[in-house]
Amino acid sequence: MLSILRTLWGVFLHMFRSRETIQYPEQNILDPPRFRGRIILSLDPDGQERCVACYLCSAACPVDCIALQAAQDVNGRRYPEFFRINFSRCILCGFCEEACPTYAIQLTNDFEFSEYDRNNMVYEKEDLLISGPGKHPDYNFFRVAGVAVGVKGKGESENELPPVDVRSLLP
Amino acid sequence: MNEILLHIIIALVVLIGAMSVSASLIWLERRLLGVWQDRYGPNRVGPFGLFQVMADMIKIFFKEDWIPPFADKPVFVLAPAIIVAATLIPYAVIPFSPGIVVANLNIGLLFFLAMASLSVYGIVLGGWSSRSKYPLLGSLRATAQLLSYEVFMGLSLMGVVMMAGSFSLEAIVEAQRGLWFCIPQFAGFVIFFIAGLAETHRLPFDLPEAESELISGFHTEYSGLKFGMFFVGEYLGVTFTSLMIATLFFGGWQGPLLPPIVWLPGKTLVFICLFILIRAALPRPRYDQLMSFAWKILLPLSLLNLLATAGVLLILRK
Ligand code: SF4
Ligand code: SF4
Repeated sequence: MLSILRTLWGVFLHMFRSRETIQYPEQNILDPPRFRGRIILSLDPDGQERCVACYLCSAACPVDCIALQAAQDVNGRRYPEFFRINFSRCILCGFCEEACPTYAIQLTNDFEFSEYDRNNMVYEKEDLLISGPGKHPDYNFFRVAGVAVGVKGKGESENELPPVDVRSLLP
Repeated sequence: MNEILLHIIIALVVLIGAMSVSASLIWLERRLLGVWQDRYGPNRVGPFGLFQVMADMIKIFFKEDWIPPFADKPVFVLAPAIIVAATLIPYAVIPFSPGIVVANLNIGLLFFLAMASLSVYGIVLGGWSSRSKYPLLGSLRATAQLLSYEVFMGLSLMGVVMMAGSFSLEAIVEAQRGLWFCIPQFAGFVIFFIAGLAETHRLPFDLPEAESELISGFHTEYSGLKFGMFFVGEYLGVTFTSLMIATLFFGGWQGPLLPPIVWLPGKTLVFICLFILIRAALPRPRYDQLMSFAWKILLPLSLLNLLATAGVLLILRK
């Protein structure tokens, strides 16, 4: 009986506590840095598309909402001919970002992208591409790895030795 | 002629007042529950979310009103009406201030008890005519619960009746001029309050609808406006029980300074808030605990209270 009265009193005292609710549209919600929101495609520091159309994001995606088609430019650098994300299916899990070897695909803090028409939720490459490097400002995939596609010559990558002359017998 | 007109006006005002108060209780309850759980509750529609009630009403009006094909149609339709009618009729015997009462019955209290028992029919028939298992279980529970709590609901009020020497609510209010009955009849007040909670099947006595076990209890199959009727019936019951507590134990319309027409609603509001606070704070007991609490603790207590009151009165009268 006493415990019941104590409970009642304790709950009554909550009247004078501050409210936990965040009044969202008027008040901004917390902005955690690793929030997983709308997906973008980023450019490398040299201003070229980072995506090498390896299909890893598309394969990792649990709901299969990424569609792309690989193509090659004159230097042999791969890029996506089209890159399409269907946000009405995307569950914002972030697997694509983890799968990407080039940091091309990234999730951002924006989550306010509702549409009246479902077709408007399908984002093409033009809608996804941003004009900067996103979360990894200094990273350029082709400067640390990959084949020579006009970004650097053979053996000029960071931490890479010059190519071995296979015809020479010297060590 | 004038007197008849006055009576009709009083009856209409009471009817509309009771309906609109119990409708706005939905808002009050949600706001208060929010306050006691450190959140805001509905605050978007209109000032302080006051128009939420209207939005809810509009929504419930336009919901599909579906009657399951396996249900017993006439009874299914009738059940919510019985609940609302049986909880609305006893408002007639409440004296709101001297002279303002719809029907000054000299057996007002008995009339209220009779109507309270009648409202069980709404629940039983609602559950029975749905012809599916959860409503039936809910209404079985409701029957047992309401019947057993009614026994000492009546008994707990007999102390008040003895002290006032009348079944008429007006006489009972008059008899509290010196001392409110909540002091000499404190046990009666507590028992009546608990019985009132059970009678309106509010948490923690909401075993008939226990969402976690019975989906929604006796009104599982109801939708649209019929569901709304059950809802309004419940809030009418809450308002009425609070009114009864204020009338029987807290001096009714009596009070210093302010006019009587302010005092009774004020006291009622306090008890309504207490109902909601109890809902916010206490968990639901097990069903067997509920029944044994009624028969093993509250019934003997109310009998003892009756005995003690009678004895003291007998000694005082001598
Ligand atoms: S966040 Fe998840 S669901 Fe969305 S595109 Fe990336 S992998 Fe697919
Ligand atoms: S976004 Fe990344 S993972 Fe997806 S195709 Fe392009 S490079 Fe590969």
